[in-house]
Amino acid sequence: MTKKILVVDDEENILISLEFLLRRAGYAIALARDGDEALAQAERFSPDLILLDVMMPKKDGYEVCHLLRQDPRYERCKIVLLTAKGRDIDRAKGLALGADDYLTKPFATRELLERVERLLAPAPGAA
Amino acid sequence: MLGAESAASWQPLPAWLAAAVAFGYLFLLFAVAYHADRQARLGRSWIDAGWVYALSIAVYCTAWTYFGSVGRAASSGLWFLPIYLGPTLVMLLAAVVVRRMVRVAKQWRITSVSDFIATRYGRAAGLGRFVSLFVFVGVVPYVALQLKAISFAFDVLTGVPTAPVPGWWADRSLWVAAVLVVFAALFGTRHLDVTERHEGLVAAIAFESVVKLGAFLLLGAWVSFIVFSSPGAIVEAAQARFGTAIPPIDAVGGLQYGDWAVMIVLAGLAFLLLPRQFQVMVVENVREGHVERAAWQFPAYLVLINLLVLPVALAGRLFFGDSQLDPDTYVLALPLAQGQSLLALLVFVGGISAATSMVIVESVAVATMICNDWVAPWWVRRRQVAALGHAEIASTLLWVRRVVIAAVLACGYGYYRLTGESFALVSIGLISFAAVAQLAPAALGGLFWAGGSRTGAAAGILTGALVWGYTLMLPSLARSGWFEAHWVEAGPWGIAWLQPERLFGVQGMAPLTASVVWSLGLNTLVYVLVSLVFAPRGEQAQWARRFVRVDAAAGSGGAWRGRVDVAAAAEVMARFLGEERTRELLASHARERGLASPDALEVDAAFVRFAETMLAGAIGGAAARLVLETLLEETSPSFDDVMHVLDEANQIRTYSRMLEEKSRALEEATRRLQEANEKLTELDRLKDEFISAVTHELRTPLTSIRALAEILADDPDLPRDDRLRFYRIIVRECERLTRLVNQVLDLAKLESGHGQWHPEALEVRALLQEAIEAIAPLAKEKEVRLEVSLASGLPPVWADRDRVVQVILNLLNNALKFVPAGTGIIEIRAGRQGEGEVAVHIADNGPGIPPEFLPYVFERFRQARSDATKPAGTGLGLAICKRIVEHMGGRIWVESVPGKGAKFTFTLPLAAGAAHEDGGRNDDEEDPGGR
Repeated sequence: MTKKILVVDDEENILISLEFLLRRAGYAIALARDGDEALAQAERFSPDLILLDVMMPKKDGYEVCHLLRQDPRYERCKIVLLTAKGRDIDRAKGLALGADDYLTKPFATRELLERVERLLAPAPGAA
Repeated sequence: MLGAESAASWQPLPAWLAAAVAFGYLFLLFAVAYHADRQARLGRSWIDAGWVYALSIAVYCTAWTYFGSVGRAASSGLWFLPIYLGPTLVMLLAAVVVRRMVRVAKQWRITSVSDFIATRYGRAAGLGRFVSLFVFVGVVPYVALQLKAISFAFDVLTGVPTAPVPGWWADRSLWVAAVLVVFAALFGTRHLDVTERHEGLVAAIAFESVVKLGAFLLLGAWVSFIVFSSPGAIVEAAQARFGTAIPPIDAVGGLQYGDWAVMIVLAGLAFLLLPRQFQVMVVENVREGHVERAAWQFPAYLVLINLLVLPVALAGRLFFGDSQLDPDTYVLALPLAQGQSLLALLVFVGGISAATSMVIVESVAVATMICNDWVAPWWVRRRQVAALGHAEIASTLLWVRRVVIAAVLACGYGYYRLTGESFALVSIGLISFAAVAQLAPAALGGLFWAGGSRTGAAAGILTGALVWGYTLMLPSLARSGWFEAHWVEAGPWGIAWLQPERLFGVQGMAPLTASVVWSLGLNTLVYVLVSLVFAPRGEQAQWARRFVRVDAAAGSGGAWRGRVDVAAAAEVMARFLGEERTRELLASHARERGLASPDALEVDAAFVRFAETMLAGAIGGAAARLVLETLLEETSPSFDDVMHVLDEANQIRTYSRMLEEKSRALEEATRRLQEANEKLTELDRLKDEFISAVTHELRTPLTSIRALAEILADDPDLPRDDRLRFYRIIVRECERLTRLVNQVLDLAKLESGHGQWHPEALEVRALLQEAIEAIAPLAKEKEVRLEVSLASGLPPVWADRDRVVQVILNLLNNALKFVPAGTGIIEIRAGRQGEGEVAVHIADNGPGIPPEFLPYVFERFRQARSDATKPAGTGLGLAICKRIVEHMGGRIWVESVPGKGAKFTFTLPLAAGAAHEDGGRNDDEEDPGGR
């Protein structure tokens, strides 16, 4: 079954590149450009994984992450934070809020794909 | 009994001889003083000996003693004695009074009797001035008396000149006075600091005391044992001749025992307080121990010098009783009449020595007083003094003293010339005695009664001085013929009870006794009453305690030792902590210990701990302990030492107060430093934020570039359309990065102040048109209308051309970015703003700026990104504009109604001279530059 990924970023060109990259890797993609849109898309699209930019208008990535993690519907949804701020404190904050992984911009596309793949692989012994 | 009936005539000695002897003696005096000074400088003090001290006190015996005692004894028998009994009694009690005065004077470096009184009443400068002036007036007759005695001795020795006096310069006493001025000035004003003693002066005075005693004893011995066979023989002869040799005290001229007692008291008080006595006894005292020995040495001196007064007086009466010869001349007349010229010259020298010693010391003492109380304070207050060094100040003040010495002698001489002839020696001296005695209630009361206050002292002395002047000085002047004497007898305007010599109608007292009783009595009464009403407070009370307690510490008393009362401890605390604070502290300490009032406190371990803690706060722990230990220890050092420690500690306290001030300044500096530090921290935080923001802005395009570049690299078979699209994005993001880097650098340059500025006078109009032309193609492309309206005749502004263009372009680009394509309108206007500025407005009809975002528009990386369509900008443009405009002295701001657009305005200052220039150019009113 095709895994669904929601990409959230306020940079049009990043959305373009990530959409192309992930679609080609075989995922179903939805896009969102700010925090509110991200929440709406999550509800509509029920993604398996969300690539979530931190610095965005309206609601930032941390807030969105926090809200999603409080919602039992997204219990199994993986969240990867993408941030242009590469400070340790930001990484720690993201993980504390329940993000599954954390990538600093700019990242290698191969690295992104590997992490996404690993997170979406079925948990060992779960099936 | 040879020649007892001889007439009062003798062969006068030649005047040149008398003059030569007198001046020769004076030069001997110079030699003694000079030598003593030299010895002192070599460390061999002559005056640091008990007997020298006692001899110097004998300056009390003046020419009045020398000539007058015999005169008085001849006319009134034992009535010459009270003048010596008073001082004898005082010296026998020296341990009580003189010692205390010496101690206080040493403690507080007191320079004169006026200084003593002023210091006691809280360094009351005004009181000191009054006292010194009064004393000056009071002792002038006394100095006159000495000059008169010298002149008189000359006359007796050389015969009264029969030829008319050729001129004032022929008066020998004037020349003697001049030499005395030189002497006093030379040896009495060696140093400014009184604690450096006048070695030479005191040595010379002691020497003079020896001379006058020796001369008089020689005369007495000659009269008693050579002229007559023994003193007893003289008395017998007198009894045989006059019936009674020595009349009883109450049998002389209406005088009573009361008068006798009053005279004794008067002499005792004068002895203590005469400026010259205070000088030699208190100021020049080298060691306190000398006082104890002088307590018997000086009375012994008095006994010796008075021992043969009666025999000489009786012999004089026997010889000259029938003639009208002035009894005061007997001492000289006796040897002269017997042809003993050498003895007569010796006696003459003794008389000169008695007179000169008094004049010298008195004038030095009075000069010190006048100089310190009147001249120095006035002079020191003048501004130029601050610039002078110690040596210059000292030499100037010493010269002032010398001038005052000359003035004292000049006044004395003048007084003598004016009144001298009309009075016996004794009465002039007594006027001075009575004047000086007026200081007694304030001075002695102040030494024993802490309740005496400044107001009381001033009122008392003033009262005494007025009564003295009215009852003694005025009648004496009247009798000298200065004005009519009849009112002295009848009272002014005939009012009987105002008669100066029978005040309030009280009779039965001799004029002098009445004056002394009234003046001293009223003086004391007023002093006590006024002091009770205006009790000493604060600092004055401290001084009172310092004087009154000065003796209690060492000396005989055991009360103080080892058993300090709380009051003493409180006094010490008050010196460091202040009266009020000490009272508060004591009260709170008493409360803590459950006592009703501080009066119930006792000095115990807890109290000592408390006092030490409090003191330590002011002077530090070590000094506090030292002070308290000194106060409390059983084998307590003398009070001097305590006071010394206190003085040092007081200095420490002064330093500590300075330190406090410094530390306050330091605190202030620290506070400012903290503020600066906070500001720096804030700046640091802002810098971090900026770097973080720049990092973010750099990483975002890099992310797209890298992702797309990797996609392109991984897949060579990418469809052409996608490939081209990706290439284009990469190029645009690279441009964005370049722009960002440039702007960051630009901003850094602006903020660091290293930017190159080339301000010049510019026509805003031309600049705007230039910028509008540059942006016109872009506007056309987006179909945006530019509406330009520039006021004509705008004065030139003072700015950097490129920077202004940068600002205008930035604002135009910004507007262009936000206005809707097709229907966008950008309005550009320029005009005068107030007096000295030109304003440029750039308005658009874009979405506007949300009100909550307005305050941040000009901050870095604060783009309004309310909508999803993010304008391509770095977020630094407006921040750069603001810095440029402000750097050039203008302002920039924005107004906006959301949904209707935003209007940016910036102003620029006019070029110098352009502000009031009439814009006289006739350009078009408006440039309808719509496009």
